Amino acid sequence: SSTAISCCAVYQPMAPNSIHWFRKGLRLHDNPALQEAIRGAGTVRCVYFLDPWFAGSSSVGVNRWRFLLQCLEDLDANLRKLNSRLFVIRGQPANVFPRLFKEWKISRLTFEYDSEPFGKERDAAIKKLAMEAGVEVIVKTSHTLYDLDKIIELNGAQPPLTYKMPVETLSDTLMGRCVTPISEDHGDKYGVPSLEELGFDIEGLPTAVWPGGETEALTRIERHLERKAWVANFERPRMNANSLLASPTGLSPYLRFGCLSCRLFYFKLTDLYRKVKKNSSPPLSLYGQLLWREFFYTAATNNPRFDKMEGNPICVRIPWDKNPEALAKWAEAKTGFPWIDAIMTQLRQEGWIHHLARHAVACFLTRGDLWISWEEGMKVFEELLLDADWSVNAGSWMWLSCSSFFQQFFHCYCPVGFGRRTDPNGDFIRRYLPILRGFPAKYIYDPWNAPESVQAAAKCIIGVHYPKPMVHHAEASRLNIERMKQIYQQLSRYRGLGLLASVPSTNGNGNGGMMAYSPGEQQPGTNNNNNNSHCTCVSHFLGHRNGVVLRPVSSSVLFFFQCLECRGALLLRVMAAGASYSTLTMKNRPGLAVLDNSSNACNRYHNNNNNNSSSSSSSMVGVTGVSC
Amino acid sequence: MLNQKRETQEKQNKIVGSLDSDWARLPQELLLHIFQYLPLLDRAYASQVCRRWNQAFHMPELWRCFEFELNQPASSYLKATHPDLIKQIIKRHSNHLQYVSFKVDSSTESAEAACDILSQLVNCSLKTLGLISTARPSFMEVPKSHFISALTVVFVNSKSLSSLKIDDTPVDDPSLKVLVANNSDTLKLLKMSSCPHVSPAGILCVADQCHGLRELALNYHLLSDELLLALSSEKHVHLEHLRIDVVSENPGQHFHTIKKSSWDAMVRHSPKFNLVMYFFLYEDEFGPFFNEEIPVTHLYFGRSVSKEVLGRVGLHCPRLVELVVCANGLRPLDEELIRIAKHCTQLSAIGLGECEVSCSAFVEFVKMCGRRLSQLSIMEEVLIPDHKYSLDEIHWEVSKHLGRVWFPDMMPTW
Repeated sequence: SSTAISCCAVYQPMAPNSIHWFRKGLRLHDNPALQEAIRGAGTVRCVYFLDPWFAGSSSVGVNRWRFLLQCLEDLDANLRKLNSRLFVIRGQPANVFPRLFKEWKISRLTFEYDSEPFGKERDAAIKKLAMEAGVEVIVKTSHTLYDLDKIIELNGAQPPLTYKMPVETLSDTLMGRCVTPISEDHGDKYGVPSLEELGFDIEGLPTAVWPGGETEALTRIERHLERKAWVANFERPRMNANSLLASPTGLSPYLRFGCLSCRLFYFKLTDLYRKVKKNSSPPLSLYGQLLWREFFYTAATNNPRFDKMEGNPICVRIPWDKNPEALAKWAEAKTGFPWIDAIMTQLRQEGWIHHLARHAVACFLTRGDLWISWEEGMKVFEELLLDADWSVNAGSWMWLSCSSFFQQFFHCYCPVGFGRRTDPNGDFIRRYLPILRGFPAKYIYDPWNAPESVQAAAKCIIGVHYPKPMVHHAEASRLNIERMKQIYQQLSRYRGLGLLASVPSTNGNGNGGMMAYSPGEQQPGTNNNNNNSHCTCVSHFLGHRNGVVLRPVSSSVLFFFQCLECRGALLLRVMAAGASYSTLTMKNRPGLAVLDNSSNACNRYHNNNNNNSSSSSSSMVGVTGVSC
Repeated sequence: MLNQKRETQEKQNKIVGSLDSDWARLPQELLLHIFQYLPLLDRAYASQVCRRWNQAFHMPELWRCFEFELNQPASSYLKATHPDLIKQIIKRHSNHLQYVSFKVDSSTESAEAACDILSQLVNCSLKTLGLISTARPSFMEVPKSHFISALTVVFVNSKSLSSLKIDDTPVDDPSLKVLVANNSDTLKLLKMSSCPHVSPAGILCVADQCHGLRELALNYHLLSDELLLALSSEKHVHLEHLRIDVVSENPGQHFHTIKKSSWDAMVRHSPKFNLVMYFFLYEDEFGPFFNEEIPVTHLYFGRSVSKEVLGRVGLHCPRLVELVVCANGLRPLDEELIRIAKHCTQLSAIGLGECEVSCSAFVEFVKMCGRRLSQLSIMEEVLIPDHKYSLDEIHWEVSKHLGRVWFPDMMPTW
């Protein structure tokens, strides 16, 4: 035993004391940074920073706070199983870390990479603090499928995948000798606070439709995959009345908080598809939602003004109306359009709405009817939507309001017709707006058109018990389509009569689906004194399942697409913008080459692919796009 | 090292020194040419450099074209033209103004400010005037008399207006008479969609007198057989664009019809004219439309339109170039599209929003139209997979027939 003691005595001072800092990535599975924390460590403490003072005053709604606290409780519970605990630290990281480093004799700090501009700034500051305190910092990417920085820097021919396989879930075995020193008063000092402690009034708060936490996330992903396997149809499901409701297989809030690893999800999907479809390669559409997430993270990572119109080089300046009363009506479900109001009620009550429902209310608020800035809508979503993520939220709002990404603006969602097509019976409306329960299906989407006798029979007089419609939709859409046309004609310098041609570079255009802007052509406003005018480039989305082309703020061109021939492969290509953009795109335009010179290039690539890759991840081996 | 630095410093001084004298001697015409490329703010900065540059700043050539942006902080995110600048323009440059537009936000204040400026433009001769509501039609909120008197100032003083864009304003028949009385020889373009105070007789008076009119935009309730005949009279130049907005105020509104003979007269007189029609109607209001041949070239259905009406479009719109259907019922538009491909041989742009089309019918449609379809914007949800094509296959098929890469439009999965 003396040898053991001496061995420990020699070993222990060497073993570092680690802190793993949780922000997103609230999970023990597939958490590479957490693994780094315990690798060879003597002690590990998992911390989460919460500023109780900030909580009450923040713009985040009670449903999101509850979701977060539930995530933390679940983390704590799972850590207890490993004889560890979660340390919820009250305060700001920059203020508290130096003390913790000293108090706990820390020599290693680990956390998951955060791609968003605010996060990058915060992390850089903490890194500096840690360095000054002699603490080693280890950062790992696991919130996205791709290493976004590598996409954007010129990185040779390597596809910037963040992984080969998800890493192992934290377990006793992995913990090994690494322990967490826990004091008697841990609960008082570091316990997960309750909503009341954060200053929320929880009286009458219904139980969570979306309970937070990794445990729930892992149950859900199993159910999600079971259902997919059962349906055995991996096409995008068509919208119906049922899809509007919160589903026990929904995953988006869990991906947002990182209770579920996107990489685990990706792999499980691929596996399942192969099993069900007998080893055929999965189409990119299988990963639709995951790739959209990557797309917006990539677009935002170097753009601190991604969530603003002013000063945002990829955002078209649109003369939105400032109208606080109208905005409040929208946010509080008082527009007088049952379809819109039901969705907004569901959002406030449950924290989640179907993505087409998001399109409906986003379109209504912005270019469809109210002509109010997408920034305002984004803020409301940030408060209420559980899965609202800075990049994805802002990106989607820009897209839906036709402020970026060059979407045809005639695709508007009618606040009456769209709902009626989706749920002809109107059950969704009756569920969230009980006041309209008595209306027959015929009038439930436009109750103001119901004869008085029908309104009386429904015990709901429009204008008394339920508001009249706040806008004349036909008139609003006439005006708005005109405004949009004006803005886009100015952008594209198109003088013809066509409505479709006024949107620059939609795919299927005469020029084959792509168009690059030279700087000065971009910004419409005459008063615009944007000083980084060389950055007035545009993001552009090419194709759909098969690809994304993005021209981000940096001086590089990013290709992000799938080879049409080999399906499974996702190709990424980074190029310097020094070369002429149009030549590059002509040469490397996905699909065009495939169409023009048959599939030789692709076959060549395909063979390489088979030779070089391990079987488990062959579908994700990337090459640069030259061959395709 | 230090020497080197000093040397470059001296060199720079020399350059600056020589520039100084040269810049001041720059001929006025060159200066003007350069100034024309500078935004107003930069010209203002430059004007503070020296007396000559300051003189150049005020050269009439630089003040021919001006866009007044009238926004209130409470109703707009965009900056407004500075009040001092407006004052200066009225004082020093109003006689130089020729191409003027007002961009006005949703507040009545801004629209009234625009009217105030207009009424001060007494000694100027405008060629083009545009009143543009960027958010809501705020000119409609201005007292009508105020608006009319301001606009009449321009009409009376200008005498050579060629383009006038006054959509969504309370312009009325008497003020149009003033316009005609003073500008009938020069007027080429008149856009006045949604001007509720104008009557069919009012616009007829314009068409009767302004023989040079080439572009006209108005609402359907102003369109009459008489108007079309007036526009196709011998004295009248060829019309280039006619834009008609068909808007319903209340469900079930009744619309008049236009005789086929009137349209025929139009086409005979102006064989190349474009007829752009925007429909914002309820489905049951289409009764009077598309029962006979109509020379429409650009057709936009802003809300739901029935299969039956689209079927009639396929039969009666031989000149159709662009078709946009924002929404349709739940039944697929298969036969209708194929009929349109067959009869509308000029069709080169199509957009489909909330509709349904089976994949095979869509491929057939594209095959029939072929490469002349330069714009093809179809929402992904529109295409219904069938036994022949899945969603993954369709972009291949369509790309093949178009001779270029094509994908359906899509929205992000949020």
